[in-house]
Amino acid sequence: MCLGIPGEVIEITEDAGFLQAVVNFGGIKKTVSLMCTPEVKLGDYVLVHVGVAISVIDKAEADRIYSYLDEINELEDQEQS
Amino acid sequence: MKYQNEYRDRELVTKLINLITKTATKPHTIMEVCGGQTHAILKYGLDKLLPATVQLLHGPGCPVCVTPIEVIDQAIQIASQTNVIFCSFGDMLRVPGSAENLLSARAKGAKVKIVYSPLDAVKIAINEPNKEVVFFAIGFETTAPANAMAIDMANKLGVKNFSILVAQFLVPPAMAAILSGKENTVAAFLAAGHVCAVMGFTEYEPLCAKYKVPIAVTGFEPVDILQGVYSCVRQLESGSFAVDNQYARVVNRAGNLMAIALINKYFKPATIVWRGIGEIPDSGLVLRAEYNSFDASNRFSFLKANNTGPKIASACIAGLILQGIKKPVDCQAFGGNCCPERPLGAPMVSVEGVCSAYYHYRHELTQGK
Repeated sequence: MCLGIPGEVIEITEDAGFLQAVVNFGGIKKTVSLMCTPEVKLGDYVLVHVGVAISVIDKAEADRIYSYLDEINELEDQEQS
Repeated sequence: MKYQNEYRDRELVTKLINLITKTATKPHTIMEVCGGQTHAILKYGLDKLLPATVQLLHGPGCPVCVTPIEVIDQAIQIASQTNVIFCSFGDMLRVPGSAENLLSARAKGAKVKIVYSPLDAVKIAINEPNKEVVFFAIGFETTAPANAMAIDMANKLGVKNFSILVAQFLVPPAMAAILSGKENTVAAFLAAGHVCAVMGFTEYEPLCAKYKVPIAVTGFEPVDILQGVYSCVRQLESGSFAVDNQYARVVNRAGNLMAIALINKYFKPATIVWRGIGEIPDSGLVLRAEYNSFDASNRFSFLKANNTGPKIASACIAGLILQGIKKPVDCQAFGGNCCPERPLGAPMVSVEGVCSAYYHYRHELTQGK
């Protein structure tokens, strides 16, 4: 139910005064509301739940995944020493 | 897909499992709150990869499962009115009411439409000005901004034929209720990441302090979940209890302030009933009095309650399962009399319901039933 899908903002538009965006979810494009995330820029990734972008994905935090392996190895080394 | 596949990395999962196994020197019981997390844990078999010292309990985090039977009955009654188009998320349609469900009401002629977003229901109302369009506004904090936004849109655009039937639940009061229960064995929580994306996590800090439990704000992919588990195990081993944000790419401490403002504008907290669990103080949201005209239970108040059937199927132990006291396999009906095609209780209906997740991913448990 609380499913949220990350997608890339490829177009920012307006409908009857309400800010919205076209978001690309790995090839599937949907129009979503930007009412809770008006700061969004083209190329940002947003987390979308039932047609509403509820969070802008923090790229720096997300990219930490690429250093997790090193971090874990370091933790293991610390434990062994 | 970007920001999903990276968090399903086999090597990282294996490393994290090893780390958790080495760190856990004694038994720990951790509850994941959200049904989406339960689903991922069972789908990827994370519970089987974890060491025997780490037990995962599945929490009440499925709004479809905790919506009271009386509200389902009310939904069916409203949907059965001739001038009504009743809009709902798809997984509410097969939830059993006391006599039937929304799907069987539709088969009898009720206009029940599945929508992806509450905002789609407002558009239907604009396009069908002679019909009463009602949206079944169920959900946790994650869904509350979208429901508030639908009212905001209808209010600003003067859409008079739109209303919502509200069943909005709040997670922290339910966590407090579980922790203060006599049979509680939960020592730490994985907090629901998307609830926190909206609300932030300041509400969890007093819970940590009062009940001395660590809480890890956790995402939904295998690596996310194991990071949450590792954070809890590490804290439990060292005797600390704080909120640890393990889903920082999506969640910040204060939450989404625009979304919170929107929720507070249209809704206020209220004491409500959770199906199978009972009444929990201040655990729900209802429309503020000034927006009463958008409240379907107000607009259709002439309909009298007709829930004469049994409150809950006798063999169903959904309430105990949703509080983490029992697991689906402890239920006599699981996989036999109760299956997704013929559910006795709501947790077997929703794809995120814990019984449904066990049914789909633990075939060995249903063999011979």
